[in-house]
Amino acid sequence: MKCAEFLQELTNYLDGAIDDRTKAELEDHLAWCHNCYVVCDTTKKTIEIYRDSQLYELPEDLRTRLRTAIVSKCQAKKKAGPERV
Amino acid sequence: MSAIQPKVSEPVSDELTLVQAAKAGDVEAFEELVRRYDRNVFRIAQHITQNREDAEDVVQDAFLKAYGNLSQFQGQSKFYTWLVRIAVNEALMKLRRRRPERMVSLDEDVKTDEDSLPREVADWSPNPEQQYNQAELRDILTRTIQGLPASFRTVFVLRDVEGLSTEETAEALDLSIPAVKSRLLRARLQLRDRLSRYFQRRESADGIPKHDSGDGNQ
Repeated sequence: MKCAEFLQELTNYLDGAIDDRTKAELEDHLAWCHNCYVVCDTTKKTIEIYRDSQLYELPEDLRTRLRTAIVSKCQAKKKAGPERV
Repeated sequence: MSAIQPKVSEPVSDELTLVQAAKAGDVEAFEELVRRYDRNVFRIAQHITQNREDAEDVVQDAFLKAYGNLSQFQGQSKFYTWLVRIAVNEALMKLRRRRPERMVSLDEDVKTDEDSLPREVADWSPNPEQQYNQAELRDILTRTIQGLPASFRTVFVLRDVEGLSTEETAEALDLSIPAVKSRLLRARLQLRDRLSRYFQRRESADGIPKHDSGDGNQ
């Protein structure tokens, strides 16, 4: 297997979405290709860092304000009855 | 190397009951759906629009549009996937309005110089995120993901940050499964490549400090 072929399968490999035979071929490549090992390992870390990063958390006060606004507009819509198309 | 573990999603067993009640006019049931997903919608909206006020608007507009169109929701997909689809469309409209000079589309198959083999294959420090304090790390991650094209950023956020499956992401974005996989691969590789300049080992094996490979993209 060449590095380019490995990269094509990287996403499926990291997501566990490959059959056992392909997985074995990829892991055989990883065993001797240091560059691909590093790319694979650091791509996995990239995903984990973003997944655990808690970027753009919604602050509680803003959350309450938005929900209150949404609910009051829904109440108003309900009173007005179904929209005519 | 083991596969990454997917995020555990919240139970959806009672979700259909809430949706049915909301359809019948129960606003409290709809409020419960808002509570359940408002954080996710806000995060997705802010990732796409890159603007706080726009993200606030998207949260309101997406939920109101969902409420107004509940009769259209047939229950073939999860309510959350349907809601995300509405939210992504609202967010893209905001982005287009703010950046009319740049066509923003999820259909474009953006070709970039970074599509081939990753350039930066230096290994990272064992716990790269611990090299920085929380504010610095947040800044690095925000600036790095903001540098991706919108079509890559959106797929990465839905799939890897929000934990939607490939199929759900395809449905939410109206893309084919191969298109989702292709964008996801390129998004992941580009982010990895760009983060390497912050997270790579400071010194090479012979003890000589490596120089910064900054590519001037940001």
